[in-house]
Amino acid sequence: MRHLWLIPALPFAGFLLNGIFGRRASKAVVNAIAVGSVALSFLWVVKTLLSLGGMETPHAERYFTWIESGILNVGFELAVDRLTAVMLLVVTGVGLLIHIYSTGYMAHEGGYYRFFAYMNLFMFFMLILVMANNYLLMFVGWEGVGLCSYLLIGFFFLRRSASTAANKAFIVNRIGDFGFALAMFLMVVQFGTLDFAGIYPAAAEMPAEQTAGILTAIALLLFVGATGKSAQLPLYVWLPDAMEGPTPVSALIHAATMVTAGVYMVARSSALFLQAPLAMDVVAIVGLLTAVMAATIGLTQFDIKKVFAYSTVSQLGYMVLAVGVGAFGAGIFHLMTHAFFKALLFLGAGSVIHALSGEQDLRAMGGLRKKIPLTFATLLCAAVAIAGVPPFSGFFSKDEILLAAHHHAPWMYWVGVITAAMTAFYVFRAIFMAFFGDSRGHHHPHESPPSMILPLAVLALLSLAGGFIPVPRFLEPLFPAEGAHHDFALVAVSVGAGLLGIGLAWLFYVSKPGLADSAAARLGALYRLVYNKYFVDEIYDATVVRPLIGGSRAVLWRGVDAGVIDGAVNGIAQRSRDLGILLRMFQSGNIRSYAAWVLLGSVFVLAVLGVMGGLR
Amino acid sequence: MPASLFPPYEDLLRILPEIVLTIAGTLVMVLEPALRPERKRLLGGIAIAGLLVALWGTAVANLFRGPAFHQMVVVDGFATFFRALVIVVGILAVLCSIHYLQRERPDSGEYYALVLFSVVGQSVMAAANELIMIFIGLEISSIATYVLAGYLRDDRRNNESAIKYFLLGSFATAFLLYGIAWIYGAAGTTNLVEIRRVLSTPELAPPRFLVGVSAALMFVGFAFKVSAAPFQVWAPDVYQGAPAPVTAFMSAGPKAAAFAIFLRVYMTAFEPISNRWEPVVWLSALATMFVGNFAALLQNNIKRLLAYSSIAHAGYVMVAVSAHSEIGTAAAMFYLAAYAFMNVGAFAVVTHFARQGEKYVDVDDLAGLGHRQPVTAALFSIFLLSLIGIPLTGGFFGKFYIFKAALEAKLYWLTVIGLLNSAVAAYYYLRILVVMYFHEPGEAAQTVSPVAPGVKIALWASAAGTLLLGIFPSVILDFADRSAALMK
Amino acid sequence: MPSSYPEQYFPIVLQIAIAMAIAGAMVAASYLLGKRVRNPVKDSAYESGMVPVGTARERFSVKFYLVAMIFILFDVEVVFLYPWAVVYRDLGLYGFLVMFLFFDLVLWGFYYMWKKGVLDWSEEPPRS
Repeated sequence: MRHLWLIPALPFAGFLLNGIFGRRASKAVVNAIAVGSVALSFLWVVKTLLSLGGMETPHAERYFTWIESGILNVGFELAVDRLTAVMLLVVTGVGLLIHIYSTGYMAHEGGYYRFFAYMNLFMFFMLILVMANNYLLMFVGWEGVGLCSYLLIGFFFLRRSASTAANKAFIVNRIGDFGFALAMFLMVVQFGTLDFAGIYPAAAEMPAEQTAGILTAIALLLFVGATGKSAQLPLYVWLPDAMEGPTPVSALIHAATMVTAGVYMVARSSALFLQAPLAMDVVAIVGLLTAVMAATIGLTQFDIKKVFAYSTVSQLGYMVLAVGVGAFGAGIFHLMTHAFFKALLFLGAGSVIHALSGEQDLRAMGGLRKKIPLTFATLLCAAVAIAGVPPFSGFFSKDEILLAAHHHAPWMYWVGVITAAMTAFYVFRAIFMAFFGDSRGHHHPHESPPSMILPLAVLALLSLAGGFIPVPRFLEPLFPAEGAHHDFALVAVSVGAGLLGIGLAWLFYVSKPGLADSAAARLGALYRLVYNKYFVDEIYDATVVRPLIGGSRAVLWRGVDAGVIDGAVNGIAQRSRDLGILLRMFQSGNIRSYAAWVLLGSVFVLAVLGVMGGLR
Repeated sequence: MPASLFPPYEDLLRILPEIVLTIAGTLVMVLEPALRPERKRLLGGIAIAGLLVALWGTAVANLFRGPAFHQMVVVDGFATFFRALVIVVGILAVLCSIHYLQRERPDSGEYYALVLFSVVGQSVMAAANELIMIFIGLEISSIATYVLAGYLRDDRRNNESAIKYFLLGSFATAFLLYGIAWIYGAAGTTNLVEIRRVLSTPELAPPRFLVGVSAALMFVGFAFKVSAAPFQVWAPDVYQGAPAPVTAFMSAGPKAAAFAIFLRVYMTAFEPISNRWEPVVWLSALATMFVGNFAALLQNNIKRLLAYSSIAHAGYVMVAVSAHSEIGTAAAMFYLAAYAFMNVGAFAVVTHFARQGEKYVDVDDLAGLGHRQPVTAALFSIFLLSLIGIPLTGGFFGKFYIFKAALEAKLYWLTVIGLLNSAVAAYYYLRILVVMYFHEPGEAAQTVSPVAPGVKIALWASAAGTLLLGIFPSVILDFADRSAALMK
Repeated sequence: MPSSYPEQYFPIVLQIAIAMAIAGAMVAASYLLGKRVRNPVKDSAYESGMVPVGTARERFSVKFYLVAMIFILFDVEVVFLYPWAVVYRDLGLYGFLVMFLFFDLVLWGFYYMWKKGVLDWSEEPPRS
C-alpha cells in the first residue's frame, strides 16, 4: 500500500474545510488550506512516484467493493502507471501554481472561500479521473469535474451571461456524457466488467470479425464523450463561452486539465481504439477539422480570453489528431506542454486584465510592454512556445504530432502546418495588440503582486524548457512508437510556417497597423463569417435549441404534460384520495372495532393458511 | 454431575449483549431514586454507555458463533445483524430523548431503563432459535414499549396510545402463543430446527391442517407486531399518541426485531410448507403497501403520516419475505437497516420541531423551516428522499434489492404494484419538502429553537447512516448476504 | 399407539365433554329442583350481614393497587423457592448461584420500590 488515496483525499479535505468553515475564516486561513492541500497532494504524488520506480506494471490499490450486482463488480480502485504519472504531475503541479496565482487574482472578489472550495473539489475529481482503475470511477471524476466546471464558470452568478455560459457548458457536456455512459453499458454487456485490467486484454484478444462492430461502437461512443469534454467538433461551442469564469479557472480547468480529460481517456483506452481503425480515422479527422476551424476563428477575435479559448480548442484538436493517428505518446506530450504554455497564456492574460482592472478587449489595450514588463516577458515565453519556435516546448510536441500525421496521411500534415502558421499568427497578434503600439485605453496599468508573478515565472520556465522532458520515450512501454522518423525537411517546413505566422502578425499589427482592417474589409463576407465564428452558435440555436424549446412547449408541455400526464395524474390523484378516504373510515379510533379487525384478519389468515391450504 | 450444570463460558459470551443491557438497565433503575433530580441526566449517559458496550458485546458474541443454552439461542450473522441494528436504534432513540424528557418532565430515569429492557427483548428475539425464547423476547420488548408509549402519564394522547397498544398487543400476542401451543402439540418440539426436521420428514409430519393453523396463528402475532395488513389498525393511533422519540424507537427497533423472528420462523421452521404461506404473505404485502401509502396521502399530522409510511415500508419488507429466498432475506435485512436510519432521523426532526407539549406536529407547521434552519431542513430532506427511494440514499438501494429479489422469485405483479406504490408515496413525502422550502415561515418556524445537542448527534448519525447505505451499500449488503442463510 | 393426531386428543375431548356435562347438570339441577323465593332480604347484597353504606364504586388510593401488585409479585417469587428447595441438593452450587442471582435482582427491585416511596403511607408526596 502506497496510500494513493491520499492524493485525491487531500484536496477533498481542503474542499470540506473551506466549504464548511471558510465563510468565517480569514483569507489567510482559506489560502493556507486551499494551497496547502494541493501542495501536500503534489508532494505526495512526487513521493509516490519516486518510491514506485520504473512503473513497468501499473500499481493498483483496491480499497473496497463499491457496487456488486450480478456479474458486475466495481471496486473503488486507484492505480498509477506511467500515463497516470504524467497526468498526476501535470494536474497537481500546474494546479498548485494556479492556486497560488489565484490567491492574488481573486483577492478582491466576493465569495473567496467558495472559489477555493470549488477549486479544491475540482482537483479532487480530476485526480479521481486520472487515477481511476475502471471506467465507472473514471466517470465519477468525469462528471465531478463537469460539475465543478459548471460551478466555476457561473462563479459570478449575478452576471446573466455567466449563468448562461455555465448552463451551456453543462448541457453540452451532458450530450458527451451520454455517449460515455452508453459506451460503459456496451462494455458491461460485452466484457462483463468495467475494469481497465479486464477490458483491455479481452479487447486485444478478440478476433477481427467481432471487433469491427462492437469495439468500433464502444470507441466511437467513448469519443463522443471526449468531444464534449475536450471541446471538439461539433460540441466545442461551450468552451469559448466558458471564459465567463474567473481567469484562473480558465487556466486550470479550461486549458490545462479538465479539457484534456478527453484526450487522456482516449489514450487510456488505446487498446480499444487500436482495435477499431474506423473509429481512429474519425478521431483523427475530427481533431484536424477542429484544429483548423478553431484557429481561423482565433484569427479574428478581439477579446483576449476568447482568442486563447479558440486557441485551446485548436490545440486540443492537435492532441485529438495525435491520438487519432495512433501517436498516443505525442498526444500526451502535447497535452503536457500545452498545459504549461496555455496555463501561462491565460494567467498572463489574467495578469493583463488584472492590471487594466477588468478590460478584456484587445482594441482597448496597447503599449503595455513598458507598464507591465514582467507579464510581457512571461507571455512572450508562452507565445514562442505555442508558435513552435525551436527549441521551446511547443516545437517538440507539435512536431511529434505533425510527423506522426505525415506518417499516417501526408495531407493531414499539410493541414496541420497551415494551422500552425495560423496559431503563430493569432497568438502574436494578441501579444502585439496588447503590448506594442500606443495605449488605446485610458487605464492606469499596474504590475501584478508577487503571488501572481511567481507562478508565471515558473510556468514560463516550463514553457521554454518543457520540451526536453522525454515524455514520449517515457510512455513507450505503454504506446509503442510509430515508425515515424525525424525528417528534417518536414520539421523545417513546420517551423517555417510558425515563423511566417509571427512575421505576418508583426507586419499587420506593428509595422503597418492599418493593414489588418483593410485586409478584413477586402475579405468582406468571408471575414464576417469567420468573425462570427461561422455562425455555429446561431445554427445550433436555430436547428436544435429553438425546435427543442418550441417542441417542448407546444407538444410536450401543452399537449403531453398538461393534457395527457396531468390529466392522468390528476385523475389518479383523485382516485387515490378517494381510496384514502375509504381507508380512513376503517380508522375509527375505537379500540373495539380495531380488535374486531384483528379478529376478522385472523379468521381470514386461518381460513387461507389452515383450512384451504394456501391459495394455490 | 452438578458441575456440568454450569453453562460453558462460550454460552455466556453468546448472550453477552443481553447480559450487558440487563445490567445497564438495572443500574439505571436503581440509580434513579438515588440521584438528585438535577443529576438525572447522567442516566441518559449510562444508558448510552450501556448500549455502546452491548454493541461491543455483540461483536464479541459474533466471534463465538453457534447455538447456546441447549439450542435455545443461536449466534449467527443474522442474529448479530439484528442485535446491532436494534442496539443502534436504541442509541439513536436515547439521544433524541434526553432533551425531550427535560422538556416534558424532569424525572426521567425509568425511561432509559425501559428503553434498555426493550432492547434486551429485541436482542433476545434476534438470537432466539426456539419459540419460547421468541415469545419471552417479544414480551420483554413489548411490555417495555407499552409503558414507554404512555410514559407521559398526564398526557391524554399518551394514555390513549398506551392503552390501545397494550390491549391490542396482548390480543395479538395471545394468537402467537396459541400458535406456539399448536405447533408444539403437532410437532412435539419448540425448537425451530427440530420443527423443520419434523415437518420435512414424511413419516413424522403431522397433518398439514394442524401445521397450517399454527402457522396462521403465529402469522397473526408477527403481522401485528410488524404492522402488516390486516393487523395494522393500531399503528396510526399508537404512533401518533406516543411521545415522538418513543415513536421513533418503536417504529424502528421492535419492528426490525419482529421481522427478525418472522423471517427466522418462516424461513426455517415453516419453510417446508412455504407453498402455503407464500400467498398469504403476498396478499398481506400487497394490502399493507396499499393501506399505508394511500391512507398517508390524506394525513396532516406528521406523526400520523409517518405512521402510515411506516406501515407502507413494512409492506415493502413483506414483499421481500414473500420472495422466500436468501436474496429476499438479505434484502429485507438491508431494508430494515436503511429504514431504521431514515425513520429515526425523520422522527428526530419531529421531536426537535414539536416543542413543549408537542404543539407543532402538523405538516403545515413546517412551513419555511428551510429558511429558518437550513441544516435541519437539509437533513430532514435526506431522510425524506431516502423514504421516497431516491438514489444515493439507503432507501433507494433497499427498494432496489427488495424488488430485485421479488423479480428473481418471479413475483412480477407484486413488483409492479410495489413500484407504483412507491410512486404514490413520493407525493406525500414531497409535500413535506415543498411546505418546508417553498412556503413562507409560519409561527412554528419563526419560533424554532436551536437543535439540542443529543438530537443533533442523532440527526447527523442517521443522515450519515442513510447516505452510507446509499453510496456504499455493499458495506451492509455483503454482511446481510452472508448472514441470510439461517441455521436449518 | 393412536394412529392419528385427532385420536391422540380424544381423551381431552372426552374430559371437556364430561366437565361441561357435569357443570351443565348442576346448573340444570338447581334450576329444576330449587325453590324460587324473592323478597328484599333475599335480594340484599349480604344476607344477614352488614347493610352496605354508599356506592361500591368509590375511588381507592392508587397505593392499594400498588401494594396488591407487589404482594403478588413477591408471592410468586416465594412460590418459586419451593421447587428449588426440593431439588436443591441435586443442583448444588450452580442452583445456589442462580437462585442467588434471582433474589439479588428481586432485592434491587425491592430497593427501587422502597426508595420510590411505594411503602410510604403518609400523605405528603414521596421524594423525588
